Amino acid sequence: MNRLALFIPLALFAALSVVLLLGLDKDPQELPSALVGEPFPEFFLPRLEGDQAIVSREDFRGQVLLVNVWATWCFACRIEHQKLNSLAEQGVVIVGLNYKDQRAEAKLWLYERGNPYQFNIFDAEGSLGIDLGVYGAPETYLVDGDGIIRHRRVGVVDDRIWDAEFKALYQELTGVSQ
Amino acid sequence: MRGLGFAVLSLLLANMAVASTAVVEFSDESLRIRYQQLVQELRCPKCQNQNLADSNSPISEDLRAQVHRLLEEGMSDREIKNYLKSRYSEFILYRPEVNQNTWLLWAAPVVFLLFGLWVLYRLYFNRSSSDMPVEQNDQLSSVDQQRLDQLLRNKDKQ
Repeated sequence: MNRLALFIPLALFAALSVVLLLGLDKDPQELPSALVGEPFPEFFLPRLEGDQAIVSREDFRGQVLLVNVWATWCFACRIEHQKLNSLAEQGVVIVGLNYKDQRAEAKLWLYERGNPYQFNIFDAEGSLGIDLGVYGAPETYLVDGDGIIRHRRVGVVDDRIWDAEFKALYQELTGVSQ
Repeated sequence: MRGLGFAVLSLLLANMAVASTAVVEFSDESLRIRYQQLVQELRCPKCQNQNLADSNSPISEDLRAQVHRLLEEGMSDREIKNYLKSRYSEFILYRPEVNQNTWLLWAAPVVFLLFGLWVLYRLYFNRSSSDMPVEQNDQLSSVDQQRLDQLLRNKDKQ
């Protein structure tokens, strides 16, 4: 019995090693999401497109849609933009959240690179950003017909991420395969 | 000369950077103390090993401004923490709350202390029992016992 007790430190060390080894695979930049399963926060903000109209949650109109946080100062958004364009072509409804950006530059961006968005919320102060817990663009939220956030991705959505994280859930929510 | 100009410029810019984060106006000075406390205890969501007070990232600036605004609105420290927690998850708290995910973390120091005390206790009592070979006394052979009795008798006679 006493002899076996000598192996306790070794066993503890082995257990700790396994825990730390599993931890290596985790992305430390990925925060747990506080808002998944919660309603999309209420907001009243102007549109990027420049008319005086204020947009709000009501403008989601019970659709399943993506809300994509982007800005012209965000380098990774350039990489993501192609994927958003092709998703929009496939009929995915995407609402843009133009985050802490300049209106003219943002409009030029959409003119040059194509506009995958149904409309853009213009959040110059980042107030909706704070309500969403945005900490880096790009971020993408999948919102269901009841206005509940069902999934959140911080970082670029590319083919791999779309297939792995969004596609199945999106099809389930819309009942459409694409 | 250009090097000197650059150095002077850097110094000026450094001063500006300090000024931009240091000057926060409060309607009541007691809010300042709570503000300092909060930005020390809240974590920057982007630059993960810094608190809001240390970080110069835009998101930290925004969150500091938000904390300031909420303080002026009369929210309690607890309400402000909950406000941020509901948006940025528990990650934002440098001092995590006790719940089912964190109780082990909170209990660990006590557990380690008790374990250490237990080890000390074991070491102390094991040593004292081996220093005094009481067990061996109990197992004296009959020959030894006779010798001992004899020695003791001789000692009494002297």
